[in-house]
Amino acid sequence: MKTLDQTTDEVLNLAAQHFKVPRDKLNSGDDFFKTLGINSLQALDLLTRLEQHFSIELPDYELQDVSDFRTLAERIQSRL
Amino acid sequence: MSLDRAPCNEIGSLALAEFEKFAAALPALENSCHALIISSARSAGFCAGADLRELYTESQKLAMGERVAGLHEFLERIHSVMNAIDAAPLTTIAAVHGVCFGGGFELALVCDLIIADKMARFCFPELRLGLIPGFGGIPRLKRDLGNGVVRDLLLTGRSMNATKAQTVGLVSQVVAEGDALRVARATAAQINKFDRGTASAAKAFIKPIPYEELRREIEIFCELFTRPAVEAGLRKFVENTGPLPYLP
Repeated sequence: MKTLDQTTDEVLNLAAQHFKVPRDKLNSGDDFFKTLGINSLQALDLLTRLEQHFSIELPDYELQDVSDFRTLAERIQSRL
Repeated sequence: MSLDRAPCNEIGSLALAEFEKFAAALPALENSCHALIISSARSAGFCAGADLRELYTESQKLAMGERVAGLHEFLERIHSVMNAIDAAPLTTIAAVHGVCFGGGFELALVCDLIIADKMARFCFPELRLGLIPGFGGIPRLKRDLGNGVVRDLLLTGRSMNATKAQTVGLVSQVVAEGDALRVARATAAQINKFDRGTASAAKAFIKPIPYEELRREIEIFCELFTRPAVEAGLRKFVENTGPLPYLP
């Protein structure tokens, strides 16, 4: 079982790789819409990649009030 | 048929007019073609659904009675197009990538096969705005899938990824990112080997069109559209400038 820190790190790595942002520019408390500069369609793209990476299903309504990587990782962690 | 209207092939009056031209041309194609592939040239996805901005702004110009009459006419026209593609003797394939939401999902559902890029997502968000899918989505989803999956998609308004969509029987093939159209063409080439008359007979036998439920869907949609909550929801959706669309 992954720890929350491990999950958060994997989320940050995946986001950095896909959206071509230096990994060291991303922090767990960052607003990913602002930091990554993404729109709602790109957020859905990120959701799909996270579902594939962690082999989970994450209903998008669970992410409606989520904008930082740490909370996103918590939602993922609850489904691992 | 390649959809190509920014930002993500929203279906409004312009798209409908183009669809009608395409549907009118279908009978002539039926004698010379075996398969029809519907895909999108837009990177964001297959189709984000009805053009809600147009729906809201145009309806605001009319009194309620006229709004419903106009909406009813629009729905009758889009249903005619969807029914024509659904019933076409050609084998039809939706090559889907990215967003396949609402009316876009309904367009994919008229096709005989859905081939999805692994990044595709399917969703009926209509209930989140106080409506139901209006382009034939519920009867066609019910035709193809178990009622539990239909309720899940419809009543939660959540989106489903391609892998899950294949697991529940919605998608026939999940392919690598960017590969849906190529695989759809390869599938069409295989279909091309079969006797057209036999393929048409098989399709007509196994794919009934739920006309009665489709008609009822138009009536329910128009009834719901008169509710103040729908207007309020559409207004919030249209006026929202945040990174996420207004979808409760």
